[in-house]
Amino acid sequence: MSGANGLNLTLKVWRQKNDKDKGQMETYQVADISPDSSFLEMMDILNEQLIEEGKEPVAFDHDCREGICGMCSMYINGEAHGPGRGITTCQLHMREFNNGDTIYIEPWRAKAFPVIKDLVVDRSGFDRIMAAGGFVSVNTSGNTQDANAIPIPKADADKAFDAATCIGCGACVASCKNASAMLFVSAKVSQFALLPQGRPEAAERVQNMVKQMDEEGFGNCSNTGACEVECPKGISLENIARMNREYLSSSFKKEEV
Amino acid sequence: MSWFKRTFSSSIGRKFAMALSALFLLIFLLQHLAINFTSVISEKTFNSLSHFMGTNPVVQFALQPVLIFGVVFHFMMGFILEIKNKSARAVRYAKNDGSANSSWMSRNMLWSGLFILFFLAFHFADFWIPEMVYKYVEVNPSDPNRYYEEVVHMFENPIRVAVYCLSFVFLALHLLHGFQSAFQSIGARHSKYTPAIVKLGKLYSVAVPALYIFIAVFHYLAH
Ligand code: SF4
Ligand code: FES
Repeated sequence: MSGANGLNLTLKVWRQKNDKDKGQMETYQVADISPDSSFLEMMDILNEQLIEEGKEPVAFDHDCREGICGMCSMYINGEAHGPGRGITTCQLHMREFNNGDTIYIEPWRAKAFPVIKDLVVDRSGFDRIMAAGGFVSVNTSGNTQDANAIPIPKADADKAFDAATCIGCGACVASCKNASAMLFVSAKVSQFALLPQGRPEAAERVQNMVKQMDEEGFGNCSNTGACEVECPKGISLENIARMNREYLSSSFKKEEV
Repeated sequence: MSWFKRTFSSSIGRKFAMALSALFLLIFLLQHLAINFTSVISEKTFNSLSHFMGTNPVVQFALQPVLIFGVVFHFMMGFILEIKNKSARAVRYAKNDGSANSSWMSRNMLWSGLFILFFLAFHFADFWIPEMVYKYVEVNPSDPNRYYEEVVHMFENPIRVAVYCLSFVFLALHLLHGFQSAFQSIGARHSKYTPAIVKLGKLYSVAVPALYIFIAVFHYLAH
């Protein structure tokens, strides 16, 4: 119950039956939304309302609802994950909005992220990029080496950790005017490139991941920096510069990769 | 595919090539400015430098073609990337707030670049082609003292001065994003020197176009 503070909102939501459907924006009204509810809770209320009216609820991705899984992809009022910095949609609260507001809710838009239904997009392109090189081959024969046996400078470990906090949400792609995936790919390249365990395969990794990224149809980075601003995990453009270095030096130096 | 072709047809390779041509053009702009600026200080120096640039075979037949290639390459690659990037988002957002996360300059490199291209086309038709005709078609006797008078005459026309001024404002906008972007693209980024590159970029982007504008306005007003 929200009572006097409840928000009455107009929602403009992208509705699309399936990947073949053309889709269009639909307008809905929701009333008396508590400012303390999260954005996804507001979507749940909308869906209950739609179900009661005998209409199809809005499909949207979500899972953890605490900012760690990266599923909640929504482009809200012209920004990935809506207003606010360093948060995912599930961490966005209705107190960020005012009574009477109109809120636009759209799926991530990228040729490489086709819409499956309503707000749900297919982000398996990211999985294929990971499969192309986002791993370290380890010996699992039973005599695996203790990771702590290899000394790693604290600064490198910190940077690798920061890069590894990327949750693969795709907000970087959604925000980029070129729908480029470079922030994501560079975070994944960096988290391994910075550590000694990642070095032996570093050249092949960056070559294969970039190749897959290009094949998926993501755009080219033009350094606008929108991704870094919208990334819920604060992944830095420094990673893109590192990936550029890794890629170029492996192209020029390696015998053949 | 050869490694070379593969590298330069990848997204990062293209970015790299774009940045290299940009860095080359940044150096060219400085050199061009330095010579133009002497027209404000000394008629004699300007004439002798222009005569050297206009008649030296290395400049004319080696550097000039490289420059033309650099310019054409930068534009062509810019267009190719722009088309690819546009097609990477087939369906556009109903509502998009670009200003929330990026600068106007960074989002409009195509438009500032196009304006600069129009200026270059104008500059080509206005200055370069007549110059080539004068030297290589009509084969006029080389006159080491004609350049200063020509510049003065050029900037008597207020429309030409206005076109120059506006074009260099667009160049400034292009550089405000492009300068530091070129360094990012070649991977030159470090907490130690990147702040200096960003500052230098701002200085270059404002000062260099401002000086070009100053030269045009100076000649317009001084004669
Ligand atoms: S880099 Fe940031 S915005 Fe991109 S996928 Fe990773 S967490 Fe999401
Ligand atoms: S639902 Fe998991 S990050 Fe939002």
